[in-house]
Amino acid sequence: MGVCRTFAEINEKIRQGNVVVVTAEEAVAMVRELGLKEAASRVDVVTTGTFGAMCSSGIYLNFGHSTPRIKATHVWLNGVPAYGGLAAVDAYLGATALPENDPLNSTHPGEFRYGGGHVIHDLVAGKPVRLRAFGYGTDCYPRREIETTITIRDLNEVVLFNPRNAYQNYNCAVNLGSKTLYTYMGILKPHLGNAHYSTSGQLSPLLKDPYLRTIGVGTRIFLGGGVGYVVWNGTQHAPRVEPGPVEGSIVAAGGTLCVLGDLKQMRPQWLVGASILGYGATLYVGIGVPIPVLDEEIMYYASLPDDKLFAPVVDYSEDYPRRQSRTLGLVSYSELKSGKITLMGKEVPTAPMSSYARAREIAAILKNWIAEGRFLLTHPVEPLPGPQAQIVLKTLEIKEA
Amino acid sequence: MAPTSKIVLRFPAVIADKPIIYRLVKDFGLMINILKANINPHKEGTMVLELSGERYQEGIEYLRGQGVIVQLLSEQIVRNESRCIHCGACTAICPAGALYIERPSMEVCFDGDACVVCQLCTRACPVRAMEVSF
Repeated sequence: MGVCRTFAEINEKIRQGNVVVVTAEEAVAMVRELGLKEAASRVDVVTTGTFGAMCSSGIYLNFGHSTPRIKATHVWLNGVPAYGGLAAVDAYLGATALPENDPLNSTHPGEFRYGGGHVIHDLVAGKPVRLRAFGYGTDCYPRREIETTITIRDLNEVVLFNPRNAYQNYNCAVNLGSKTLYTYMGILKPHLGNAHYSTSGQLSPLLKDPYLRTIGVGTRIFLGGGVGYVVWNGTQHAPRVEPGPVEGSIVAAGGTLCVLGDLKQMRPQWLVGASILGYGATLYVGIGVPIPVLDEEIMYYASLPDDKLFAPVVDYSEDYPRRQSRTLGLVSYSELKSGKITLMGKEVPTAPMSSYARAREIAAILKNWIAEGRFLLTHPVEPLPGPQAQIVLKTLEIKEA
Repeated sequence: MAPTSKIVLRFPAVIADKPIIYRLVKDFGLMINILKANINPHKEGTMVLELSGERYQEGIEYLRGQGVIVQLLSEQIVRNESRCIHCGACTAICPAGALYIERPSMEVCFDGDACVVCQLCTRACPVRAMEVSF
């Protein structure tokens, strides 16, 4: 369909320094100005970006052997528990992990001031982190306890390995109930007091390649300020694309990415620990994915503007917690970004949970890396299941033993 | 000239239903201008008030006697600029419109003059970029 170029041809242009790369925001303007055909023939790569709270994130690390050795079964980093059910000095620290003595929601809403995401941020920032571990003692690993201070430079390996990031699209969350809700979508005021959303819309990676034609296993990406890779589909990956309420619009949702990268080359401003009131600790992750313009269809989707991308509105007082599939309607990202939407006859103020300003910055950084010849594109080793796979998410049934 | 000052009043739940502000006017002849008032789900009240009049000090003592915590609004909210990630999670929460998104940059702006120091943003901010300074 239309222009055709290959990954190899694009990479050759990157090496020669004459690649044409634009951000997804610029692609929107370019197609509007020049038309799809002309824009697709000029542009080789469209860069995307997102910077939002991504709970399914974490690091695995190897902290090296002490003298005498320990088989660390229980591990804490700055008081936050990491999973030690791996080899002797390997551990995995999740972004939402909390210290055992955190008050949690015992006085609702809890503050969740320091958790796994904050530890990851402190490590990336080069700050000293207190490591504590227990082992039960074996002939080969006699030590039973260790406490010391580490920094990221002291670790053999520390790898950001996020099982589910970069949700293709997300609910716009509202509260139909009569009391304030403290959710992972922020503070939701009663009686439709506000509407929160968490996607970068026209900059969002998986919204700009909704059929996953170019993003797959092995795709090199911007991750946390460094270089990372898509290593699999994310958990709960169930992409689908449906026509939206206005002509040429889409409601795409359900695609997710599992990503990985060396934490040592990442930056603290792109991996930020967060405390979501009444909900928990998490990590804001910066991700940018390059989309090669292999043909006009890819350019068509990569240049879809905010008013052609829609999100479902979901009630978080009853429907979401009780897993009712009702949606209250569809709203476009241009409506959401305007600061107010109309829902059930009421004007409702909107606010984002993810940073569009930072998403734009990520797309621009990735654009520069490619333009300067520092970042080559990778042809996926394996494609990810696309909407045509029609994956249906399984739910958990409660059964008697 | 009688002093005028902006003060923050914090009402414990047990006195939330008492006509305390009325007494300031009726008994002490003070002039009031309520800039902001809020009762949280725990029935605790917060009020930002402009207060003036000859018997200002007596009024303040009355408030304290009733269990109201009185603070001068010299207390300020400041944004830690290096911490803010410009997400916008605070913008629909801020009751004074002091935190808002500038378009089309989609950056979060903070107007300290419009702030009524309710401190909601200090907890709504996921990265704790909003700080109270005394």
